[in-house]
Amino acid sequence: MNKIEPAFRPGGKLSKLESVYDGMETFLFTPNATSRSGAHIHDGNDLKRTMITVVVALIPALLFGMYNIGYQHYLAIGQPDAGWFTMWLFGLLAMLPVIVVSYAVGLGIEFISAQIHHKEIQEGFLVTGILIPLIVPINTPLWMTAVATAFAVIFAKEVFGGTGMNIFNVALITRAFLFFAYPSHMSGDAAFVKVDSALGMGGGNVVDTFTGATPLGQVATNVGDHLQMTDIMGQPISCMDAFIGLIPGSPGETSMIAILLGAALLLLTGIASWRIMCSVFVGGLGMAALVHALPSLTYPASMLDPWTQLCLGGFAFGAVFMATDPVTGARTNVGQYIYGLLIGIFAILIRVYNSGYPEGMMLAILLMNAFAPLIDHCVVSFNIKRRARRAATKE
Amino acid sequence: MSTVRLKKGFDIQLLGGIAGKDIALAGPPQTVAVVPDDFHGVIPRMEKKEGEHVNAGEPLYHDKNHEVIKVVAPVSGTVKEVRRGERRHIDAIVIAPDKQDDTVKLDLNRDAAEVLLESGLWVMLRQRPYDVVPAPDVRPRDIFVTAFDSAPLAPDLDVVLDDKRQYIGKGVEVLKRLTDGQVHIGVREGQTIDAPGAEVNTFVGPHPAGNAGVQVANTVPVNKGEVVWTLDIVTLARIGELFTTGQVSHDTVVAITGEMVQEPRYIRTIMGSDLETVLKNELTNVAHSRIISGNVLTGVKIEVTQWLRAPYRHITIIPENSAPDEFMGWASLNPKRFSIYRTFTTWLRGLKKPVSMDSRIKGGERAIVRTGEYDAMLPMDIYGEFLIKAIISWDIDKMEQLGIYEVAPEDFALAEFADTSKLELQRIVRDGLDRLRAEMS
Repeated sequence: MNKIEPAFRPGGKLSKLESVYDGMETFLFTPNATSRSGAHIHDGNDLKRTMITVVVALIPALLFGMYNIGYQHYLAIGQPDAGWFTMWLFGLLAMLPVIVVSYAVGLGIEFISAQIHHKEIQEGFLVTGILIPLIVPINTPLWMTAVATAFAVIFAKEVFGGTGMNIFNVALITRAFLFFAYPSHMSGDAAFVKVDSALGMGGGNVVDTFTGATPLGQVATNVGDHLQMTDIMGQPISCMDAFIGLIPGSPGETSMIAILLGAALLLLTGIASWRIMCSVFVGGLGMAALVHALPSLTYPASMLDPWTQLCLGGFAFGAVFMATDPVTGARTNVGQYIYGLLIGIFAILIRVYNSGYPEGMMLAILLMNAFAPLIDHCVVSFNIKRRARRAATKE
Repeated sequence: MSTVRLKKGFDIQLLGGIAGKDIALAGPPQTVAVVPDDFHGVIPRMEKKEGEHVNAGEPLYHDKNHEVIKVVAPVSGTVKEVRRGERRHIDAIVIAPDKQDDTVKLDLNRDAAEVLLESGLWVMLRQRPYDVVPAPDVRPRDIFVTAFDSAPLAPDLDVVLDDKRQYIGKGVEVLKRLTDGQVHIGVREGQTIDAPGAEVNTFVGPHPAGNAGVQVANTVPVNKGEVVWTLDIVTLARIGELFTTGQVSHDTVVAITGEMVQEPRYIRTIMGSDLETVLKNELTNVAHSRIISGNVLTGVKIEVTQWLRAPYRHITIIPENSAPDEFMGWASLNPKRFSIYRTFTTWLRGLKKPVSMDSRIKGGERAIVRTGEYDAMLPMDIYGEFLIKAIISWDIDKMEQLGIYEVAPEDFALAEFADTSKLELQRIVRDGLDRLRAEMS
């Protein structure tokens, strides 16, 4: 690395790639810089480690998501006996292009932006880049994912100043952009189960009984006082199925078990705020219990029992990986409780009482992203008032 | 007498602590220097020129704004050099000692402040707000004395005090004349101090429990418009000695600690001694060592050709860069790669085992991403992160409201160590305080 370094410094042939060089060098070798001012020793932790740990926490959800894509696929084409590895491999091939597109587009923009500002490349997109494939329906055309990723990275992040400065969660903005720009691809029967082949693998005729709607989609369109969710073959599914995760949905969100594994790592390492994570679940559970106590035929989702509500859709995934994004969430301890509770409450509120949006988590988190600074402002102003009062009583 | 229990903070255990309490004697210094940067807030106007003779305790320079604030020579000798840096900034005033012990004797039958100013001990005091040498025309609300140092590898101030312990009572008596409020002394659990007339508070908890700012904030916090003074117990004893004997003693006990030291121990020497004399035979590998006057969190980096710095009772020597080209350090699973966070595996090994740490920053500077890191290292009723942001964006109202008058750069030192985003917090706070002080005067 040191040999090729001069070419990348100002005046060198490749100086336009300086940020890329720095990015690669600091990726491969821990920076050699020693402290010039202030503290002479520093903790070993840096943002790279922090972000990588989040990516590791996402791996269970990623691996399970791949398996589930294959599982749903072979179920849909009438070959439920295909081996688990075949299913997983199919899912891998189906997701790989999405992951590549997400990273290529996002990191490409980050690299260019870093070079324009002559700054080091920041690590934020490492996590965003893997979150996007996990929350975008598997049948979304790749160009849509690319456009949405570019939109989100440029307008939700870079214009605010890059990693650490954004107001809204970048991955959720990608999802929201897709949701509002191409609604027909984001819901309904065709979005969540991949029935055609993936890079030449799989494929076949869909069986007659197939219906690709997600459980929450079914709930939203349910008529009458009987509520029974079914899988893609029309077999009834229970809360337990949703907990394990063999149901149609976005790749990362279906399995509560995989998400909880990730949550355990995030909480153990202290990267995610347990205050936010717990209060989202508490808020969601409380609100779900409330709407379940007042069931209504007009709003079929109110008939779901609270636990099923939490297991279905993106609630758990959002609570663990999205709401806990420290940059866009509340930063004070007290604020984090309020922020989390309100996300949980709003997610269920939107799900139940607005049948146009069967999945409320995305909108709830984005809404609270906007209010997080206000919550913090209120919490901090209590500290300010306390200080002012202390000064006043002195005189 | 009250006990304050602090939960926030962290004790970093480094290799190279001192085992015993014996004090070795350093040889006579070749040169002795006074470094004006040690007395923040004093702008030097020289009273002695190069080549002139000074007695120990005789003024070398005074403050540009307050002529009564004097900085004195610690030894008698000849002013060998006034070393200047950029824009004629005085880096150091070097004295060649003549080995004669001509110490100035002061007339004590005067106002205590006047004696302190003339003796040169005044510049050893600090005031909050701004963490600078106190202005002579302001009477402090209270005076806070710290009787222990909680920083990594810090010396036991009871050892440093040595035979000067007997002057503590007199020191308290003098300080009480300088304030209408209380003289507070902060001790650690189990430490006893004989100081009639002083308010003794016990502080239990990890570093930075020994910081003056933390002790002030957890007893009687500073409000806007108020001024308090802070000093350590060694300076208090010196003041007591001055008002007993009429002379300031400039000998001092310094702890030499750190991984790169042959044999960590206490050494008795003169303030401002040249390091070559003090560190004789102590260094194991000069080229790969970083010598710090003070502790690893707040001290200043010095070269072996320079001198002991006056405000510190401590020298720490750590490796300069022990692992150049560490491959993919961010992916390390090595439990010896120290981190207080569980993203690394250090916690499996135990965070209380002494570790080796070098001077690398181990990461690039980033925007503040993780939450609560600063607050966990700052045992004060202050939102550290919001205060730092207010300083960076230069919002004076917010800075005041969030409590900038209560803090000093050293209070953020531990947060700077722990910061994932690797921001230079102490520099940010120092710049903020300096600019604010300029704005307010």
